[in-house]
Amino acid sequence: MSHGEGAATASAIPAGLSREQLLEIYYYLRLTRTLEDRLVNLYRQGKVIGGLYRSLGQEGESVASAYTLKSGDVMSPLIRNLGSMLVRGAKPVEILRQYMAKGTSPTHGREMNVHFNDLELGYLGQISHLGDMVPVMAGIALSFKMRGEPRVGLVYVGDGATSAGAFHEGINLAAVLRVPLVVIVEHNGYAYSTPTAQQTAVKRLAHKALAYGIPGHMVDGNDVVAVYEITKQLVERARDGGGVSLLEVVTYRRKGHAEHDDQRYQPKDEIDSWERNDPVDRYVNRVTGEGWISTEELAELDARVSDELAAAVAECEHDSLPEGDTALPSVYAHPTEAERLWFRRLDV
Amino acid sequence: MSEVTYLEALRQGLWEEMERDDRVFLIGEDIGRYGGAFKVTDGFLERFGDSRVIDTPISEAAIVGASAGAAHMGFRPVAEMQFIDFISCAYDILTNYVATARYRAGLSTPIVVRGPSGGFVRGGPFHSQMPEAAFFHTPGLKLVCPATARDAKGLIKAAIRDEDPVIYFEHKFLYRRIKEDLPEGEEILTPIGKANIVREGSDLTIVTWSAMLWKCLEAAEQIEQLDGASVEVLDLRTLLPMDEDAIVTSVKKTNKVLIVHEDTRTGGVAGEITSRINERAFEWLDGPIMRVTAHDTPLPYSPPLEDFVLPQTGDVVKAARWLLQY
Repeated sequence: MSHGEGAATASAIPAGLSREQLLEIYYYLRLTRTLEDRLVNLYRQGKVIGGLYRSLGQEGESVASAYTLKSGDVMSPLIRNLGSMLVRGAKPVEILRQYMAKGTSPTHGREMNVHFNDLELGYLGQISHLGDMVPVMAGIALSFKMRGEPRVGLVYVGDGATSAGAFHEGINLAAVLRVPLVVIVEHNGYAYSTPTAQQTAVKRLAHKALAYGIPGHMVDGNDVVAVYEITKQLVERARDGGGVSLLEVVTYRRKGHAEHDDQRYQPKDEIDSWERNDPVDRYVNRVTGEGWISTEELAELDARVSDELAAAVAECEHDSLPEGDTALPSVYAHPTEAERLWFRRLDV
Repeated sequence: MSEVTYLEALRQGLWEEMERDDRVFLIGEDIGRYGGAFKVTDGFLERFGDSRVIDTPISEAAIVGASAGAAHMGFRPVAEMQFIDFISCAYDILTNYVATARYRAGLSTPIVVRGPSGGFVRGGPFHSQMPEAAFFHTPGLKLVCPATARDAKGLIKAAIRDEDPVIYFEHKFLYRRIKEDLPEGEEILTPIGKANIVREGSDLTIVTWSAMLWKCLEAAEQIEQLDGASVEVLDLRTLLPMDEDAIVTSVKKTNKVLIVHEDTRTGGVAGEITSRINERAFEWLDGPIMRVTAHDTPLPYSPPLEDFVLPQTGDVVKAARWLLQY
């Protein structure tokens, strides 16, 4: 990050953040939002294969929470944590290739969208069965504890996943074993079309922590700095041997479950009111209003993001799809020679 | 040499791998302080400590999920299902997460999920299952079913060293009923994916595995006494990946085949074996491929009911003699 010319600082930057970090956070916010805009274009051109899952309105908490992690920490994102993935080092060109099912994608076309991983960079590929990543991340955090490593696991679930059995089993086991794990429950109002009131009878998802004997916290998910601050506390608590905690991040899903979804179940005025509470707008207003960052510096980053994404699209747009028979290998570490189905061997 | 039970052989295998490789740890319900419901892990807590012998809540999905996570990070977890019947609680994690991990994400997941399996012990519907077919259909998993003490030891050690997830079905009827002389101080490793001809014969092949091996051997002996017929008995030992060549080779030698398994009939593994023989050795057959399996019911509790539902030696003898006369 370049240092801008310091504007007159009206107040100290909170949460131990530096100006450079504020700029970097902004870069990831903008990168996430603009990458999704590019994906919408590609979707409309028929180049995205399958669904497109937007995180509009949730970029703030994704970026801010993942930004608290250190090298060596491992997180497991959800479909709407594109921002978290980018913070951990996933490249826009990888995301684009995944969404377009290219043979050059990180999963060689075997998996879609943000379903891929890089344990070196510190993110684990999710599966679609909600809640399942909680026990898996409990095991990853257990490995840190067993080796005495100062590393932390962070797992994202949505309001819907808190109803799934694996969530309960995973968080309970993690709590009993006191492993270094932070569970972030992104409360964005809807699981596909199901509102939270039909998902659970608890008033606050943070209250679920009581049942596991762990601390439960709540934060305004559209306040980037607040999300960073509380997540950082919980991550460092876990790193210091404090065990598991749960953070309810209150936010809102402004788009449908996926791009095809007409959102008929979401009241228009509800969406509008959350649009006025946009996390990126709020962040920009705060960092410029407080005099921490200048609008020129933000504009420079906007331009950089725009250039980088144009280059990323150009780099992969015309990549080939994978060859069909590349679907066969690596089901096992040492597969027996792949047996083509008998009817494909017929010589008639 | 010393004579050890199937259970002791399994125990030795686990113990030796724990001693050999500190990445190996055990996780499951009541396995530490209590030593496991069948005492397979008795004494492990005292020797290896509670960081390598981990007692858990009643959470099969979390046990398997956490094992997968630790395996991604380089550990070699061995998860115990207190009874294999409860593996259905972890079905989602095993089939969707664990089995696909290498393929979809390049993630190595070398875990072993093991547990007491099978009937003949009056355990009722939920402590007697042999749920092999439920996982047989899932690419990415390996399934092993030892029938002998030697293979109980050799397969647990091979499973722990395998790079892929292995479900190890240990038969609880065999735990203390069979004994075998095993050499001391010699490494026993049974290759995964290799069947074993336990009895050579020329008139009929019986393909089987796990506890049914012993009933098939008994049946083969009776048939020889009764009819002078020579029955080959092939113990598959591993269901996934299946040793298809061993099956086909034997079928080409005897030209008649009977498949015997303890699991229920419809959708059972015998159907798949039949199909493979049909594809690869149809013209070598001198009779229909037959199977002896459990009836298609949940496994009942009361002795006459359980005995009726599960395949018995007499059922194998009858089917084999019918086929020999075909």
